[in-house]
Amino acid sequence: MSSPGVPLLEVLNLEVSYGGIAALKGISFAVEEGEMVALIGANGAGKTSTLKALARLLPARGSIRFRGEELAALPSHALIGRGLALVPEGRGVFARLSVAENLSMGAYSRSDPAGIVADLERVHELLPRLYERRRQLAGTLSGGEQQMLALGRALMGRPKLLLLDEPSMGLAPLMVHQVFETIRAVAATGVTVLLVEQNARLALETASRGYVMESGRIILADSAALLLADPRVREAYLGE
Amino acid sequence: MSVPKRNVRLGIALIAVVLSALPFAVGLGMGNAWVRVLDFALLYIMLALGLNIVVGFAGLLDLGYIAFYAIGAYLYALLASPHFGLHWPAWAVLPLGALVAGLFGILLGAPTLRLRGDYLAIVTLGFGEIIRIFLNNLNSPVNITNGPQGIARIDPIRVFGVPLSKPLEIFGVHLPGVYLYYYLFVLLALGIIFVTVRLEDSRIGRAWVAIREDEIAAKACGINTRNVKLLAFAMGASFGGVAGGLFAGFQEFVSPESFSLMESVMVLCMVVLGGMGHVPGVVLGGLLLAVLPEALRHGAGPVQQMLFGRVLLDPESLRILLFGLALILVMQYRPAGLWPSATRRREFSKPGP
Repeated sequence: MSSPGVPLLEVLNLEVSYGGIAALKGISFAVEEGEMVALIGANGAGKTSTLKALARLLPARGSIRFRGEELAALPSHALIGRGLALVPEGRGVFARLSVAENLSMGAYSRSDPAGIVADLERVHELLPRLYERRRQLAGTLSGGEQQMLALGRALMGRPKLLLLDEPSMGLAPLMVHQVFETIRAVAATGVTVLLVEQNARLALETASRGYVMESGRIILADSAALLLADPRVREAYLGE
Repeated sequence: MSVPKRNVRLGIALIAVVLSALPFAVGLGMGNAWVRVLDFALLYIMLALGLNIVVGFAGLLDLGYIAFYAIGAYLYALLASPHFGLHWPAWAVLPLGALVAGLFGILLGAPTLRLRGDYLAIVTLGFGEIIRIFLNNLNSPVNITNGPQGIARIDPIRVFGVPLSKPLEIFGVHLPGVYLYYYLFVLLALGIIFVTVRLEDSRIGRAWVAIREDEIAAKACGINTRNVKLLAFAMGASFGGVAGGLFAGFQEFVSPESFSLMESVMVLCMVVLGGMGHVPGVVLGGLLLAVLPEALRHGAGPVQQMLFGRVLLDPESLRILLFGLALILVMQYRPAGLWPSATRRREFSKPGP
């Protein structure tokens, strides 16, 4: 689809404000096909606002080009059909539906039964726990399992780009480790990932590139390895 | 899942026999006033099923639902009574009532799309009251609704030209009007049950459940939450509109006081008490809550006579008291409703966090 040289996602001068207070002051960045990009920063830096604006959950100004198409005019429910899937902050599983029903909701916008069956198998292979728990109500899963389910559900839409909003939030350290293992495995299957994460070290250790946000602006952009070594990042975000 | 076909047919035949024999059993055993109670119970079941779409399936708390019942009833009253001299047939007015009520459902839904829970409840409550107050006051300067006096001498519902209000002899069997209305209402209630069950199992039904559970995730799954919500409001309202038209034709009289907030609360109680989102539970809730107050009304006096030799407490106030007590007991011991879906039962039975 996308011609060489054109990034999968290209954001230009994205602005978001909440009742006159600017949360995003015109940020620009790009995500290339196949890479995993992390967006890090402190609380209130504008990371989640960025993802919400990309998912069209917030009114925003500026341009969002995805696979050459302008998204800014599309409603949020049209995005999954274009290949853009959001895993919302706080996971957002359908608590009173079973794990299997949650996964099938992920394929709601699709009409290729054979492809859906194949993708369900793929998701079960990647996340065997979901298969074991397929009849359990999603609300009764542990936090980590719910995060896996939210990830699996997003994959059922067969996305090109996954937007992950704070996947480590509220999880026990061991679970955080498992969730990030899974994210690496998903990325390895060729899905492009844009990751918003407060745990800067983990995010930069997982991603290939990173952007550092501060008060609604991107203040640093570099490869993850260089950001990890950057003294400013080390001091402000890695607690050194 | 693997019930043999013969058993299904047998079950359907059994239900058909019971439903056809019910008015005779009730009428001969307890008098035709109780068949009338049964007729009202069927109207309430239709209302409860309509509200269940909005509250049970889509999770949108609506406290003004009775407004759609009122709209259906007044539409019938205006188009089939001497008030305007119009005498449209029921088969034209009832579908029109469904349509108009559905449009009002969208009218209510559109400005409240961003609201949930308590906020939505307050707005819908206001909507219900606005409709009632309009009906109360639209008698001047132009008399449309005849104000608090209401509209009388409404045409009865006719089926193939036969008015259901008059007794009918078929093959030597005497069928009073309340029996005829019973059969019509049973058929329509079954129709509404069928539609509801099919909806629940459809793509739309799954989308409703998804927005009930998590709206942002529903959007992320590709659900057009705006349209799906409006559809829930419109479908629920149209059931209410049909029930309202039936009510007007059955009573042959409508007035604004039949559509008070208490009625909205009553229908909501039927849904919650029966088992939110579970069709058999909602039907049971509608039946019980329609019959129970009547049973208390008629039973409270004689029971006191029998126990104490005289009537100590006014049956009318005792009725409300016992009714309230019954609600509290059910919610205490069966918080998921009398007949909840398997999912909700599991959810409520799990130990607290």
